[in-house]
Parts: sequence; structure tokens; C-alpha cells
Amino acid sequence: MRNRQATSTLFELSRPGRRAARLPACDVPVQPLADLLPARLLAAAPPDLPELFEGDVVRHFTNLSTENMSVDTHFYPLGSCTMKYNPKRNERLASLPGFVDVHPYQPVSTMQGLLQLLYELQGLLAEISGLDAVSLQPAAGAHGELAALMVAAAYFRDRGEQRTEVLIPDSAHGTNPASAVMAGFKAVTVKSTPEGFVDLADLRSKLSPATAVFMITNPNTLGMFDGQIAEIARWVHDAGGLIYLDGANMNAILGIARPGDFGADMMHFNPHKTFSGPHGGGGPGAGPIAVRDRLAPYLPAPVVGLAADKYFLDADRPKSIGRVRSFFGNTGVLVRAYAYIRTHGPAGLRRVSETAVLNANYLLSRVQQLLPVPQGPRCMHEFVASASAVKAERGITATDIAKRLLDYGFHPPTIYFPLTVREAMMIEPTETESKETLDAFAAALAQILGEPADEVRAAPASTPISRPDEVRAAREPVLASPSSTGA
Amino acid sequence: MSASRDPNQLKYAKTHEWVALDEGIATVGISAFAVEALTDLVYMELPEVGRQLAAGEAFGEIESVKAVSDLYSPVSGEVIAVNEDLAAHLERLNSDPYGAGWIVRIRVNADEKLAGLMDRKAYEKQCAEAEH
Amino acid sequence: MPYVANTSTDEREMLAAIGIDSLDELFAMVPADLRLRRPLDLPPALTELELTQHMHRLAGRDLPAGQANCFLGGGSYDHFIPAVVDALAARGEFYTSYTPYQPEASQGNLQVFFEYQTLITRLTGMDVSNASLYDGASATTEAVLMALAATRRRRVVTFKSVHPEYRQTLETYFDNLDAELVTLAAPAGSADLATLSAAIDDQTACVLLQQPNFFGAVEDAAAIAELAHAAGAVLIVVVDPLSLGVLARPGDYGADIVAAEGQSLGSPLAFGGPYLGILACREAFVRRMPGRITGQTQDRDGRRCWVLTLQTREQHIRREKATSNICTNQGLLALRATIYLAALGPAGLREVGELCLQKSHYALQRLTSQSPFAPAFARPFFKEFVVRSRDADVESLLQDAAEAGVFAGVPLGGWYPELSDCFLVAVTEKRTREEIDTWATLLHTIATSAEPAHA
Repeated sequence: MRNRQATSTLFELSRPGRRAARLPACDVPVQPLADLLPARLLAAAPPDLPELFEGDVVRHFTNLSTENMSVDTHFYPLGSCTMKYNPKRNERLASLPGFVDVHPYQPVSTMQGLLQLLYELQGLLAEISGLDAVSLQPAAGAHGELAALMVAAAYFRDRGEQRTEVLIPDSAHGTNPASAVMAGFKAVTVKSTPEGFVDLADLRSKLSPATAVFMITNPNTLGMFDGQIAEIARWVHDAGGLIYLDGANMNAILGIARPGDFGADMMHFNPHKTFSGPHGGGGPGAGPIAVRDRLAPYLPAPVVGLAADKYFLDADRPKSIGRVRSFFGNTGVLVRAYAYIRTHGPAGLRRVSETAVLNANYLLSRVQQLLPVPQGPRCMHEFVASASAVKAERGITATDIAKRLLDYGFHPPTIYFPLTVREAMMIEPTETESKETLDAFAAALAQILGEPADEVRAAPASTPISRPDEVRAAREPVLASPSSTGA
Repeated sequence: MSASRDPNQLKYAKTHEWVALDEGIATVGISAFAVEALTDLVYMELPEVGRQLAAGEAFGEIESVKAVSDLYSPVSGEVIAVNEDLAAHLERLNSDPYGAGWIVRIRVNADEKLAGLMDRKAYEKQCAEAEH
Repeated sequence: MPYVANTSTDEREMLAAIGIDSLDELFAMVPADLRLRRPLDLPPALTELELTQHMHRLAGRDLPAGQANCFLGGGSYDHFIPAVVDALAARGEFYTSYTPYQPEASQGNLQVFFEYQTLITRLTGMDVSNASLYDGASATTEAVLMALAATRRRRVVTFKSVHPEYRQTLETYFDNLDAELVTLAAPAGSADLATLSAAIDDQTACVLLQQPNFFGAVEDAAAIAELAHAAGAVLIVVVDPLSLGVLARPGDYGADIVAAEGQSLGSPLAFGGPYLGILACREAFVRRMPGRITGQTQDRDGRRCWVLTLQTREQHIRREKATSNICTNQGLLALRATIYLAALGPAGLREVGELCLQKSHYALQRLTSQSPFAPAFARPFFKEFVVRSRDADVESLLQDAAEAGVFAGVPLGGWYPELSDCFLVAVTEKRTREEIDTWATLLHTIATSAEPAHA
């Protein structure tokens, strides 16, 4: 039963004089403010914050939470995002005071346990990637991309090579070209085949002495493993360039194939996807990167080192690109990734990928009876169906189907990505779903496609709101609640 | 001055801008076809008066909720006027794309050959092909 | 396999439906010569009990700040976190959801982000806040990139009194961009107006200031704003949001863009991350702002609701022309800050600020009233200050204090060789008078003991 009163905004719920948290009385001698700070630096008025009592705060946020779909409550096959179950044990363990209550500048002698964990995680990720050295510093996948491209730039600078271009397939995530530009490169688009494979002729025509890096997502954004990768890597390496692997889809190949073995020189992991860190409503994630030996000196500093049985923060790295953020990294996310990897071991991780790929192929076998799947009958951990025929024949778009799925109690797939498939619906079931859930999802999709078009276009009918007016939101932006003081 | 023009009398760029040329002054807008394809326009960024443009150079942007398109100058020359009210009244692009929906006026360079511009018929053919 | 449902019967049925005989066949599209022919070389799997024991052993080797007597700051602070923050942020509907791509199924997160944005604009005096970035350093860097794009100028002027790790982050980004970072000395622990005045010119895109600065001191921000604006440059101010119950809002003294580390608003120390990057700006800069932004609108039935908006700024649409490569926000940390501020309210935030202010001044006075410690700088400060140690070696002094269970301060010599005899002290509302007295007494005892400094 929805409590609409509690989901008024904090500002509407506010009443003068109410409060939740109370602070202790000051136990040191109190000096007049004016003696401590010049008047012109002091706040002119109390901060314009809402006033609530604790019961309201709890009821407000608890009720807001129920307006979200989440992995804990629903099947969430959001392609490319790997919305797998987030183990409760990891949450409990990551909140141990020895991990969560450690200050970044406390002496390293007082955090040997945490540093051991992080040091071991560097090694675990190196082994899983087939690469040599790891930096845990980047805060998200896109941040890892950027850091690795900066590593590449520093590497080429150091070698006196003028390489200015990063080649990126047109099926890649938008962060790839954006990261390339922020790292000072020109982004050059390489075409893909309908299966999402790299168009070799187009790649060949764009490889040049200016090529610094070829960025590839493999398995790609259609959930297909590009078997040309070894050949591509040979070409790129012969041209003097480096291969960057976008690790967004590592959930398909854990223990099956390693990027370092199939030609990658650098990659990032998405621990919040592959290693089950919860997505947190958009973040935090983390974006650790792994590189080959010859790139290791350029990694962001510090990394965790071990000398004479003591773990230490190694910041003495003269060729390092420097920092890409403050402090060490998104430690909380990394601790969960460590717990996940240690829970599974080598056979378990392989089993994760086998099951993720099994579930995706099984769901593909069901969905292709309902909607075309242009890439063909097989996939790795995800696949992309197209609503383009349904749109042409019945005026039902990928958006309409997505919205109607909400009424059936499913979070929809990623829609309209990749850009290379019309009316794309990118479906990633993950390994942590049962056959019954996959069957129920396919059955819902079948039922929706049998419904009158008007009904589908009117969806969703069961969610707290119907479709929002996004044009109005963008034309007349209201980005904050009007101030109560009118200031 | 912004009376609606006859689309049959205009020249078109491959990138969907139209041009009306009058005594060395090009008035530039975007075609009804492009406006419809962009759907639900929400924002527009216009150039500054006085800016020199080469033919084919991007001079502004037009955005819908989930897409953004560059506007390209069909001619080379200097921007002499900008339809300042348009950004606040994007609906004019729908209601009167060839009149009140004009975007910029450009004093065309003397050596401008208007290369690559199409007449209405050729442009319609291009649009018809794009729909398939 | 702890998190997989499929039984062997399920697997057989699923393989049959696909039309293959074995799990191995699933990977037919991975060329045989690219496959790993051995198990990964990883430690064996652990059950939940074994994992728990293992992780407790590791965590048990650390001295958590909460069990020490903690005077560490420098951008990460040991503030009190009310139980409601942890309890509400631990709801699975929040932390196991993702970016609100489907607004109908994400109104909870979207409303939280809208409330967060509102709180940040009110705290800072800015017009617009995004829904958060990675951390204070990334928010600062993105603010600078906004200023470069907005002004089309290439020079950034900042001070050594800005967090050294934020400046290092900027330098890393600048290594690959056509832009110049000018870092002015802060000899008295704060920005020098004459030096600044000489350094600003018509090529200066922005002045980057921290308030209170890295040394804890409160800068003469209004005067700096005037200098920046007179040259047509943007003023970026990095704030401690927790100080804004007591200190003036950056919007009130002329800031154009505000960046901040939001950890102090209800997030744990967590060895430096995940944290909360706050970024807010004046209306004029909104199209240059990176990251997710939530906007209010109506649904088809006229009900108020929220969506992600102004998305054409972002990389998934604009790709290489995007304002930034950032694609997520720190949703869970933004949620924590929102709950924290809702729980504290105006009176609570002011009280926390006043406690920090009073206790830090008490601590400075208590420590430096007698030799060998002295305040390094004379500027007014909020909750942090720099102490000069006349005799004892700072590194060993602080190490000895830690061994006695007191995290006494952050040594500055690593970042500032000229301050190698100094350390940075932060005093939050959590420190009791007794703890402060213990800290001061311990430092005096160590410093004045006959033992020479460690070799």
C-alpha cells in the first residue's frame, strides 16, 4: 500500500522547529564566533535545509525506496549492465570497521590487513585478465578507460612517438570516444558488421602510423565474441599501436579466455558488474585497470607494494601518469569484489560465465521465436533483439515493449543501444536467474506482443507514474525545488 | 521579412539546411523533413554575428530529448544576422520552417560557387531514399 | 556455486532447448586457440563461514579510526553518521537498483537525486547541481574543464593551498590537454592577493580556490572573486559542505562553479572511497555541466514526477563531443548525503559546524600553549589547522602517537617539502575534550621525551 503523504518532497514535509539529529553540548570552553572568524566569512543565515523529525525521515526514504525496481526485488535484464545478485555476505564483510572505518592517511602500519586484501586483489585481477600489473585507482569503468588511455599516451610520449588517434568501433559504448578525447586523442570510428564484429577492411584502411590504440569491447555490445581478435591484435601491434579491451562484458569469459592471451595490452574491469558490487542506483562502481609489463611503469600511483613482509603504498613511480582521483580508489567496491572472487575460486568463476552464457542462450532461444535477433541464434552473455519489424507492422516500439514489461513485473532490457541495431532491446539475464524466471520473462514478452497495440502504447499502467513528459523536462528545466526563502 | 518562402524555390544541402539567396545574402534554415525527423526539439545553439563560416562548417546545434545534430553552413561567408527569438520559440521550426523558422543570414563570399547544393526535386529524392 | 539456481536437470533442458549437448559448445564462437586451457590460478573457493573468518582476520589487523583517537583530515573526515543514514541506505531497493533509465520504475532514486540537487544548490548558493560525480578531485577537475570550455581560454590559476591530490589529478588530465596550470605559492598558508593579481590576465579561464583551504584556513574569497571576475575569469570554489552551516555560501561571495568532496555528509572513511563528488554551478554553465541531472516534469496523467534530463550533454548521445566521459553518478553516496542533511536540518548542520570550530580552536590552543609546538599559520580556520613541530621529527612523532592509539595528524612534508616540520590536524564534533587533552598530552610527552627521533 503506497503512502503518498510520505513521498511528498523533503521540502514539503518540512515544518519549522522540527528536527531529527541532535548534537551534544560543547564540552570545551566556548568562544564567541566573532572572535574566531571574521564576520564577512560567516553564513548570513542558517542553511536553507528542511526541518523534519526522525520518523518522517525514515518513512520518507523507506517509501521512496519502494518506488524503485531493483535486483533484490525484480528480474533486471538490463543489457551491458550485468545486474546480477549482490551477495549479502559481501555487504556485511565490507562494513567491517577494519575496512570501512580506515582513514586514507592513517599510518600504513595500522592498515596491513586492508592493504593485504588490496595487494591480493591486484594479483587476482592480473591473473583473471592475463595481464601483468594492476591499478585499483579509477572510480568507474569510464574512468578506467580514461586512465588507461592516459597510460598509453604517456607510454608513447616516453618513446618519442607521435600517435594521435584512437580507433573505436561504431558499436562501442559512448564513453569510449569521450574518454579518447579527454586523453587528448582524436576518436576515429571503425565500422562493424551486422553481427557487431569489426569490419576488417575498414579497420585496415584506418590503421596508420598515427594509430595509438584500438579500443574493443569483446565480447562485443551484441554479446558476440569477435574471433578475429587475434588477427586484429596482430595488425594493430604491427602498426605500433596498443589494444585496449573494454571489460564491460567480462562476465562471459571468466576462466574461459583471458584478454591478455587474446591480444589486449590494457583493460578495465567493472567490479560492480562482473564481481557483483551493487550498482547503488547509479554508483559507486570502480574501474581497476590491468596492463602489460611494459605499460606498468605508467600506471596511476599509488599501487600497493610488498617489501620485507610489509604492505606499503608505492607512490615512488617516476614514470606514472600521476593521480586520476583523490586517495586510493573505491575501496568499498574493491573489498566486495575481493569477497566475490574468493567465494568462487577458479572453478566457481568459470561456472559463473558458463551459467551466464547458458542463461543468455536459453533466453535467446525463447525470444527469437517472438522477435528477430539479427545477430543470429547464438550469443555469449547477452543478445540484442529488434522491435523494428513490430514497429513497422503494428506501430509498437522498443520503448512501448519496455514500458509494458514493467506491468508484468520485469525491469526492461537496455533499449536503443547499441546504435547499430534499430529498435534494439539488449537482454542480459546473468547467471543468478532461474530457468523459471527466464521462462516467465519470455512468456510476458509473448503476451505483450499479442496485446492490442493501443494497450501496449498506453503502458505502463501499474507503476507509480505513467510515462513522463521528457520534452517538457528538457525544454523548461526544473532542476531543484524552489527555495522556501525565495533567496 | 520572415514571410514564408516557397520550398520549391529553395536550394538544399545534403545535411538538410535550406538556402534562399537574395543579392548576395543567404538566409538559412532547416527543412521540414529534418524538423520532423529530429522530433520534439528542445534546445538550439546559434552562432555569433560576425563569425566567418566556410561551406560545410558546423555553426550551431539543435537538440531533441535524445539526439543532437550539428547545423552546417551551406555557403561560405559572414554571419550578419541570427534569429535570436528562435531558441525560445522552437515550435516555429515546426509551424513555419521556411519563414519564421529561419536561423541565420550569411553575407556570401564573392567566390562562393554554391557547389553541392540541390534543388527541391533532388533533395526530395534524397529524403525518400533515406526513409528506406 | 552459491548464487546459481540451475540444477543439472535445468541445464539439460536448457541445453536441449538451445540445441546443443554441452556447456563447452556454448563457447563455440571463442576460437579454441584463444581459450584458457587450464584453471585460473586463484585460491580455492571459500564458503560463507570460511570467507567471514578470513575477512575478519584481515580486518582485525587494522586499527580502525573509530577505535583510535582520530585527528586526521585532509579531505576525509571522521564525522558522526546518524543510524538513519546507514539503515535507510542499506535498503536493497536503493543499493541494488541502477541508473534510472526507466523513470516509471525509478521514481524513488530520481526523487532522491532531485532532493539532493536541491539541497546542494541551497547549501552552496548555486542555481544548478548535478546528481554527483566520483569524488572531490574529479568534481574539481570537471569544474575546471567546464570553465575552459565556457571561456575558450587555456590558463588555470590555482594555489598551493588547494588539496595537493586534487591538483595532482588536474595535472594528470592537463598532461593530455592543451591547457596550462599555474600554481601560486601560499606562503602564509593562504592565497596571496598581490601574487594572484599579477598572475591573472585575459587568458585566464578560471581561478581555482579551496575554502576552507587544504590547511584549514578560511581564504579571503570575496576579494579573490573580484580579481577573477575583473579579468573575465570564472571563480571555482572547492568547499567542505559541512562548513556551510557556519561559513558563507560560495554563491554569496561570487563563486561561479562549486566543487566539493561530499564524504563529510554521512559517508564513512572507507580508506578514501567510494566518495561523493559534488558539482554545482550558476545557470549560465548548465549546458557545460557533466554527469547525470534530474529534472522535474509531469507524467501523461499530469502527476509530478522526475526524469534524467538534458541528456544531450552526455557521452551516450554526444560521444566524442560530450561534456565529459563520465556516465554514472554516485547514487548511493548522494542518497547518504540527502538522508544526512534531512536528519540534521538547519540547526543540526549549524551545530556540527560550531562544534568543529570550537573544538578545533580549543585543540590548537591546548597543543601550542607550550613549546615545542606552534601554529604554522595565523589565518582564521574552521576545523583544521597546521602545527609546526620545533624539535621532534614529524613522521616519527606521528608514528609513535599511532602506536599509542592516537592518529595525531597528517604529515605535510610529502606534498610540501617546506612544511616537513609540520602536520595537519582536523578536529570534528566527535572528539571529546578528554580525547583532545589526551592527544595534546601524548604529543608533548613524545616530543619532549629524551629519546632522539628514529634514525
